[in-house]
Amino acid sequence: MATLLFRKSRTLLLAHNNHQHLQNKLALLVRTRSRSSPFVNYCSNSRILPSSSHPFLPSSSRYESTEAQPQLEDLQHQVTHHDDQMIDFPGGKVGFTSEMSFISDTSHIRVPCYRVLDDDGELVNHTNHVQVSKELAVRMHSEMVTLQTMDSIFYELQRQGRISFYLTTSGEEAVNIASAAALSSHDVILPQYREPGVLLWRGFTLQQFAHQCFGNTNDLGKGRQMPIHYGSNKHNYFTVSSPIATQLPQAVGAAYSLKMDGKSACAVTFCGDGSTSEGDFHAALNFAAVMEAPVVFICRNNGWAISTPVEEQFRSDGIVVKGQAYGIWSIRVDGNDALAVYSAVHTAREIAIKEQRPVLIEALTYRVGHHSTSDDSTKYRSTGEIEYWKMERNPVNRFKRWVEKNGWSSEKDELELRSSVRKQLMHAIQVAEKAQKPPLEDMFTDVYDQLSSNLEEQERELRQTIEKHPKDYLSDVPL
Amino acid sequence: MSRCVKRLGKWVSLGQSKRGFSTSTIQKDGVENGVKSLNLYSAINQALHIALDTDPRSYVFGEDVGFGGVFRCTTGLADRFGKNRVFNTPLCEQGIVGFGIGLAAMGNRAIAEIQFADYIFPAFDQIVNEAAKFRYRSGNQFNCGGLTIRTPYGAVGHGGHYHSQSPEAFFCHVPGIKVVIPRSPKEAKGLLLSCIRDPNPIVFFEPKWLYRLAVEEVPEDDYMLPLSEAEVIRQGSDITLVGWGAQLAIMEQACIDAEKEGISCELIDLKTLIPWDKETVEASVKKTGRLLISHEAPVTGGFGAEISASILERCFSRLEAPVARVCGLDTPFPLVFEPFYMPTKNKILDAIKSTVNY
Ligand SMILES: Cc1ncc(C[n+]2csc(CCOP(=O)(O)OP(=O)(O)O)c2C)c(N)n1
Repeated sequence: MATLLFRKSRTLLLAHNNHQHLQNKLALLVRTRSRSSPFVNYCSNSRILPSSSHPFLPSSSRYESTEAQPQLEDLQHQVTHHDDQMIDFPGGKVGFTSEMSFISDTSHIRVPCYRVLDDDGELVNHTNHVQVSKELAVRMHSEMVTLQTMDSIFYELQRQGRISFYLTTSGEEAVNIASAAALSSHDVILPQYREPGVLLWRGFTLQQFAHQCFGNTNDLGKGRQMPIHYGSNKHNYFTVSSPIATQLPQAVGAAYSLKMDGKSACAVTFCGDGSTSEGDFHAALNFAAVMEAPVVFICRNNGWAISTPVEEQFRSDGIVVKGQAYGIWSIRVDGNDALAVYSAVHTAREIAIKEQRPVLIEALTYRVGHHSTSDDSTKYRSTGEIEYWKMERNPVNRFKRWVEKNGWSSEKDELELRSSVRKQLMHAIQVAEKAQKPPLEDMFTDVYDQLSSNLEEQERELRQTIEKHPKDYLSDVPL
Repeated sequence: MSRCVKRLGKWVSLGQSKRGFSTSTIQKDGVENGVKSLNLYSAINQALHIALDTDPRSYVFGEDVGFGGVFRCTTGLADRFGKNRVFNTPLCEQGIVGFGIGLAAMGNRAIAEIQFADYIFPAFDQIVNEAAKFRYRSGNQFNCGGLTIRTPYGAVGHGGHYHSQSPEAFFCHVPGIKVVIPRSPKEAKGLLLSCIRDPNPIVFFEPKWLYRLAVEEVPEDDYMLPLSEAEVIRQGSDITLVGWGAQLAIMEQACIDAEKEGISCELIDLKTLIPWDKETVEASVKKTGRLLISHEAPVTGGFGAEISASILERCFSRLEAPVARVCGLDTPFPLVFEPFYMPTKNKILDAIKSTVNY
């Protein structure tokens, strides 16, 4: 059973007290719900001074509390001077200042990245993290290995022309598996497309993955979508859709339903760094905050959106800082540290459900593979960069070192696992490749709940055409 | 000539007919550097080079265009013209088009790329409510006529729902923008240059199946082909076929097969869907007495419906058979069922015969 380990460091408490002090002194009538939060230790400042109250406040108060202090003190000085002057603005009172100062674009100090394991798989000192049992750790490791193996074999399969498309999670195995491990199967997942590990964790079989990639009659999506567009109602995993970021506001709607139904579950949605540029990302964060929806946004910041590096995607300090502007708790984690991801997601889930509010997690990771089988990433990034992330910052190796140090698994176990997964995959591929394609009628069903008359007519005409020109339809689709 | 297009797993030669897909409207006297055999993406690339070269106030931008674009259409442009004029944008289609409108409204040529036509919808509001009405709503004080939106459309054999769609009809319902679709490399270059220089916002759909597969002799110089002028690319007397983009290659095959059975087909490339050249189609239908329209987009509400209605209004008494439409079916674009979904040569041939024998 996982337990929470808090780090009640002096600085954190101090910062918290300072905020309280400041808040009292300013007599700010901010419309905050005075809920006593069990998670307050995790969120040193985000509820204290909503950014809307201080349009001219230096922005860096969102950063490490120790860094924020001077600026808060400045503010205290400025505002106490005018403490009788407030604008009673809809949404809460706002203090005046005679000082014209602009909030800067970003702080000098970037939001630090939460980690639990160092690159050698050693626990870092004084870490506050959610405990992971031996059993869970071994399973996490084995699912990461399975995901890696599946990726490399399916990728090859595409290269051989046996499936039409593929993309790997290579480099992002920890975000995939550790986030899945931290959730309950009742939590509803709205994926982007680089998170098949979550589905794997939930029990979608290698055979089912293979069926989808071959688009055969056993594919739950009935062969209608490209490979990797998995989905499984049984596993609370919404079907992948290619258009970027569309899943994000949908996740808020799903979360709102869980909230209305009083469920002890949240919606969890994934996206890439590129996705955060879409309007849907911003709509989602804003809706989530305003609707107080129990949703966890997990952004895999993997450095690249196809060929576009993050510097050309957004400015300021990445994704984590966007949360506060919308009124959302947020955290940056080392996405290649499975224990950090596990802890952050586990805690975010509890916050989302117990407090009925959204949480944003930015996981710093790296897309080690090409964007997809249609891409050659050496055209736009250095092989040195790829190698660094593949070797030095490999999330699977790091976690494995920790597991092995604990004596929970050995090199031999892993080799056996890899070869067994390989065998299972080879078998699954054979079966999936031989299986029939979905029947022709599946082309027309599910457009609506029932076949409409225009579709009935079109199916009839199509069947006549097929009878007339059988050679045009030599595909293995049963008629 | 190596004009070959691979469709539905078969090699279809485009070079068999007399006129094939050559462009009769090119002014030959403008040719200085001769011609070069180019595929469609290279022809687009050449047009973009010329556009940037001839107008210092022109810009090319979109997702991943900096390194050459996912279809290589913008290869070499950033190196040649610099990152201020050719650049990656954040992943946001509404941003790309909105930015393009603003840039164009300040007197620039904004050449925006939407990575796939399937992903143009986040920009729908900017196109429909903004670009299309910018001039009209301001009493012609402002316009964004310098905006051209390039986007690859259509089937490729394995694209499924979101890498295959032909959304042109949505945009044909919007007064204020033009919609242009080329059928071949030479056409693509000349039409794109016209679109870029036309004083109206334009959505330019590129047939992505032809990017590499269609190869044609393309003049190397700077030339433009007229908008809103259809072209009769094959003359005939029994039936008129109207299409655009990649579908013309399939239609041409049907015409060739029909000819073997003694049916003479006239094939028209519409090129510009709005405002479209009714007169050319009308004249042809008045001659043949029959009309068939074919497009990949779903038949219901497709642009074929508009052509059909207009020609019925103008040629009712001359028509000898109902107007035929051979189009995509009314389903989302399906991956494994793509061969069944498509308006194939034989579907067109059957429709030609039943229309002629009506
Ligand atoms: C609306 C939309 N625009 C463009 C695309 C084309 N596209 C597919 S993936 C991708 C990059 C996504 O990058 P990111 O969100 O960072 O995820 P990653 O692939 O890095 O995991 C783009 C531009 C798309 N699928 N949808």
